[in-house]
Amino acid sequence: MAEFEVEIKPENLVYGTPKLITDRIMHYCPGCSHGTIHKLVAEVIEEMGLAEKTIGVSPVGCSVFAYNYIDIDWVQAAHGRAAAVATAVKRLYPEKMVFTYQGDGDLAAIGTGESIHACNRGENIVVIYINNAIYGMTGGQMAPTTLLGMKTATTPYGRDPKLHGYPYKIADMMAHLDGVCYITRQSVHTPVNVRKAKKALRKAFENAMAGKGLSLVEFVATCNSGWKQSPVASNRWMEENMLPFYPLGDIKDI
Amino acid sequence: MKGNEVIAEAAVRYGCDGYFGYPITPQSEVMESLMEMKPWETTGMVVVQAESEVASINMVYGGAACGKRVMTSSSSPGISLMCEGISYIAGASLPCLIVNVQRGGPGLGTIQPSQSDYFQATKGGGHGDYHLIALAPNSVQEMYDFVGLGFDLAFKYRVPAMMLADGVIGQMMEKVVLDDPRPRRTDEQIEQECGDWALTGKKKERQRHVITSLELDPYAQEVVNEKLQATYRLIEANEVRYQTTATEDADYLLVAYGSSARICAKVVEMAREAGYKVGLLRPITLWPFPGKPIAELAGQVKGILSVELNSGQMIEDVRLAVNGRVPVEHYGRMGGVVYSPGEVFEALKEKIINKTK
Amino acid sequence: MTEELIIAGFGGQGVLSMGKILAYSGVMQDYEVSWMPSYGPEMRGGTANVTVMISDKPISSPIAHEFDTAIILNQQSMDKFESQVKKGGILIYDTNGITRHPSRTDIRIYTIDATEEAARLGNPRLFNTLILGAYLKVRPVVTLESTYKGLKKSLPERAHKTLPQNEEAIRHGGEIIRERA
Repeated sequence: MAEFEVEIKPENLVYGTPKLITDRIMHYCPGCSHGTIHKLVAEVIEEMGLAEKTIGVSPVGCSVFAYNYIDIDWVQAAHGRAAAVATAVKRLYPEKMVFTYQGDGDLAAIGTGESIHACNRGENIVVIYINNAIYGMTGGQMAPTTLLGMKTATTPYGRDPKLHGYPYKIADMMAHLDGVCYITRQSVHTPVNVRKAKKALRKAFENAMAGKGLSLVEFVATCNSGWKQSPVASNRWMEENMLPFYPLGDIKDI
Repeated sequence: MKGNEVIAEAAVRYGCDGYFGYPITPQSEVMESLMEMKPWETTGMVVVQAESEVASINMVYGGAACGKRVMTSSSSPGISLMCEGISYIAGASLPCLIVNVQRGGPGLGTIQPSQSDYFQATKGGGHGDYHLIALAPNSVQEMYDFVGLGFDLAFKYRVPAMMLADGVIGQMMEKVVLDDPRPRRTDEQIEQECGDWALTGKKKERQRHVITSLELDPYAQEVVNEKLQATYRLIEANEVRYQTTATEDADYLLVAYGSSARICAKVVEMAREAGYKVGLLRPITLWPFPGKPIAELAGQVKGILSVELNSGQMIEDVRLAVNGRVPVEHYGRMGGVVYSPGEVFEALKEKIINKTK
Repeated sequence: MTEELIIAGFGGQGVLSMGKILAYSGVMQDYEVSWMPSYGPEMRGGTANVTVMISDKPISSPIAHEFDTAIILNQQSMDKFESQVKKGGILIYDTNGITRHPSRTDIRIYTIDATEEAARLGNPRLFNTLILGAYLKVRPVVTLESTYKGLKKSLPERAHKTLPQNEEAIRHGGEIIRERA
């Protein structure tokens, strides 16, 4: 058998892990959208040359440990309060890039007040909002975004609006607020969507640095563990069920 | 100046970087005064009216994480809402100043003066094993002074400090001596003072800073707890503050803080005129509590009256210090009712003097 | 010298600001002062009162149960505070709206028709400075000169044009106070 050696030449390199992604092994489940979104955030910060200027605010939820994976300064906020924490950081360091990274439980349930009011004040921050229609970390309970009929640990017979109310589109609500300059809904389940999402993230970061107001990038995302499906099936389920209710695209852009 | 207004003046003069608050009686004048002063145009201090006390304390958390001197103020029900955030601030070892101008409770209670948040201020308030440095001003001058002292102590030990005032001190006007304004610290000074932990943007030459109170591994969390407790022991050893009045020859001792200590100072005068040797010990720090000097006085006096505008909270710490050696009784009014010096003097006679003759 | 004074009446009568002028006037004369208001919803139309202490010694308690002087401007306050004037102390009241007059005989009682006088002068806002002047006539705890300075200090800049009228009202208040026989 012929022996051969693989030689990696820098000029041949077409893809790599972003420098800002740490070596730490991610705790996210295989198939989870968080990993891809983390990568995009790291790439945007890196490409904009903001690594020394960026402060991230991590939530309570699966992404509480976001600070272990992106090599910037982080503050971990109490459940739902990320937007309030980010408000102070940005007001006290106006030249810094400040973003929050929050799930749907954190942003759209317990943190609704803080999120809406940060939007309304027009804080120059970016809110990255991961909507997978479920509480992942605590074991798959209903989120405010859970679709009607969807089974979760606390809606074992499916979400019934008479019992549990309706799923809601907080991003659409926020679009009505004057302090908000950019709201978009993205996903990372196909390479095309990943590229679009990265552009949207970059635009949001640029808005914040230009002082245009608050930008929110919602990611419709999968939680295959919570949904109890394989990663591939999750992507399909998301396309068939989530995207009709949470359609992708810009909601507000001024 | 009015006690609440003086807080605003002190914050700006001390070089505070940010105030985050939500209106509540009887302390709304703090934020009103700041908004009137517009310090963002002079010192660059940030003032934000948040949408709730929950938001304001989390803004304080964010600001403190940056190594900035940040504060909030509220009154009893608002402080209850903040307790979660205060616990996070303590858990993440962050310095900040919280002012509580107490009113009567529980629940919405009254808006009149009270001291019923003693337990909340000294025993935690929020969840988890933590302490605040709790300072109890008894004059408008001390409300001014303790803003600076609170920040100094908070940064010295990286713990949250609370000024536990009440509606009397917050609403009253007295003469105040102001000191020269100090500039806010520059980013370089913050880097120098807090550079090993604060969020200043990750430079290439250092590790990233993460402000968090989360450890999933119980053994790692225990190490965090032990570190916190070591800090608390240090504070207990170094920072106990109290004031005594006429205790040298005292047969009877009053223990009172804040506005109650002012009223008790008058009781000492009245009692001495009536021929009773009464002294007063005023805890200035409620935590760390001046247990030692109280224990020493317990060897001299015949009885102690703990006087508070509540149903008897500090008395537990007084009794712990006295350890049963002399009778310790409580006198208080609740619900926002403030006792007069005459009323306290009568209680002292009835509960202590007549029973220990 | 120590003066423990309570001023009590309706919110909107200028009770708190009268106390404030007096406290500032005390400061002008290097006295120790404290000003402790009742506060809250009563500021907006209910009853309001303020305790002012002026002394040449440090003030221990800003709260008192008995007063050297009480200035009483409505019936509820009369009912509450008449009994809290120290023996030999002073009670000053505006007769307007008072249906039950004070009955104590161990204190000195003065009346002033300030509501009527302010109306006659065509400026109801002079009500509280008339009373302040009346009070200082019978209890000259601070000089008129200090009072004018205290008045200026306690008024916002935009109200300084009213200083001459108010100073005149303070002076005039001293003329119209009467000791009750």
